[in-house]
Amino acid sequence: MDVITIEGTEYKVVAERPKSLTDTPFTYCPGCNHGTTHKIIAEVIDELGIQHRCIGIASVGCSVFSYEFFDFDFISVPHGRALAVATGAKRMRPDSVLMTYQGDGDLAAIGTAETIHACNRGERVTCIFVNNAIYGMTGGQMAPTTLLGMKTTTSPLGRDAKRIGWPMKMSEMLAPLQGAAYIARVSMHDAKHILKAKAAIKKAFRAQLEDKGFSMVEVLSNCNVNWHMTPQEGVKFIEEQMTKNFPLGVYKDVWQEEAAKQTAKEEG
Amino acid sequence: MSDERVFMKGNHAACEGAYRAGCKAYFGYPITPQNEVTEYMSAHIWEHGGTFIQSESEVAAINMIMGASATGARAMTSSSSPGISLKQEGLSYIAMMELPMVVMNVVRCGPGLGNIAPHQGDYFQTTKGGGHGDYRLITLAPNSVQEMAQFIYDAFILADKWRNPAMVLTDGTIGQMMEPVDYASMPWMDPPDKSEWQLDEFQEGRERHVLTSIWLDPVDMAVAHEKLIDKYERLKKEEVRYDEYLTEDAEVLVVAIGSPSRVTHSAIRILRQEGLKVGLFRPITVWPFPYDAIRKYADSKRVKAILVPEMNWGQMIEDVKLAVLDKKPVHFVAKHGGLTFTPEDLTEPIRAILKNPEEPNTLWHVS
Repeated sequence: MDVITIEGTEYKVVAERPKSLTDTPFTYCPGCNHGTTHKIIAEVIDELGIQHRCIGIASVGCSVFSYEFFDFDFISVPHGRALAVATGAKRMRPDSVLMTYQGDGDLAAIGTAETIHACNRGERVTCIFVNNAIYGMTGGQMAPTTLLGMKTTTSPLGRDAKRIGWPMKMSEMLAPLQGAAYIARVSMHDAKHILKAKAAIKKAFRAQLEDKGFSMVEVLSNCNVNWHMTPQEGVKFIEEQMTKNFPLGVYKDVWQEEAAKQTAKEEG
Repeated sequence: MSDERVFMKGNHAACEGAYRAGCKAYFGYPITPQNEVTEYMSAHIWEHGGTFIQSESEVAAINMIMGASATGARAMTSSSSPGISLKQEGLSYIAMMELPMVVMNVVRCGPGLGNIAPHQGDYFQTTKGGGHGDYRLITLAPNSVQEMAQFIYDAFILADKWRNPAMVLTDGTIGQMMEPVDYASMPWMDPPDKSEWQLDEFQEGRERHVLTSIWLDPVDMAVAHEKLIDKYERLKKEEVRYDEYLTEDAEVLVVAIGSPSRVTHSAIRILRQEGLKVGLFRPITVWPFPYDAIRKYADSKRVKAILVPEMNWGQMIEDVKLAVLDKKPVHFVAKHGGLTFTPEDLTEPIRAILKNPEEPNTLWHVS
């Protein structure tokens, strides 16, 4: 463990900012889970030792300035196009590690086509999909993942399935595509789940590093400000409502499939 | 004759020009009349160490090119008019981030689906910006299969020299026709070193590289704008290119690009046999546009009038008018619907203009 000296006294370092984060303070709202999500991603990148070959793709939404916070090469791209840009970069530089960081509007509305096709081509890129069921940056409009009955500035009477359809289940949609290597939905509502989220993000990067295919982690995340809740009410909403509509779990695991095939071969 | 002389289609020649320029990525979506580019790339780019993806859309293709270009590779996409409209969003970001890349527009007839016949309706879209915001594309306009290859090759050089997207603006006729091409003027080359700004896997021991097009503070955005504008002003001074044919003694100057400039050649040959002094001024860069070179003809006592034939409702003629500054009458001859000019379409109005430089049938009024 590292030791630092402050004014002549030695201290053991028991916690520090991950190397893959810059020292720029987060600009996210109080209670928002983006900061924690950034931190666990950076920890995973540090642990895998890939910081200096990571290329990040910042999308449009609250995370538009994510390039200010991650300490590696970054490009900020048009709304919804992150996975297309990641595709072009990865094809030219297969030894780099590509991460897109996208919200629900970016990935599941304006960028749906880019998302589905990058997954279907099995692009060796890792997508972090932050689902908070609302458009945060533009001030709380309805997202494709907004829950039924949820009031937003563009669904003031609550989301009505008859008029605007149902919350999009991206993990369930993408998992059956053969290009997908690892697809999981995690939640940020308590410490236990945050640790699980970190483990899933690590697996997602491993899928890329082991050349298995496309990987995505859908992160259920708090937007208490636009949900008009306290941070505590927000995480409770994730736990009680969001996870009911968006069940947590691993939707695609290439290693498990490979192991099952191997077992079947040995038995059969 | 060079060993590298081959007989081929314009769209195929463009690919060969790209390979020789070191293009390693082509991402595109099929659309007529430029399918030969996508097909030829899918078959041959591998032989040159490159990569091809048939993208899910034009939108995805231009963004894939953005990603490839951001890593320092030479990358191109191509399309035809409706597809180029879809690429405009990406081009705006690419211009602001100063990413060098090449896009070719084999223009077809619009608006809407229009048809697949050659047209020049995308001149405004190409030379005045196209997408949102205040930016320009370096734009080269070929009129032969040789130039299809050469201008793609040159576009890569210009794009890297200026860190700016470059467009090759051609039309269905030039893309589809076959002619001999000599590649001796296009030696195989590698892209220049871009390690100062490219995104890559060699970040150990260097500052990270960030490419962005957002400056929330208008004061910062103004600085970013000024940097772009300064570049565009230098481009206007240093990169204007044009070609002239029998202009030394011309009394009527025809200004044309693309396939109409080919028909103009034929028309001039017919008229010269009649002793009529007609010449062709052909802009090669339509952005930056050769205003000064055309203005010299407008200032010449010898020149009676200027004629602009276009396969559209009058687009390049606005730039010609800006160059001429009302010093000489400017005439316009149009072809619509994807129809192509015949030499007679030009010879008859030119004879009339020579008799009466203010000939009302073709005189262009700004209204």
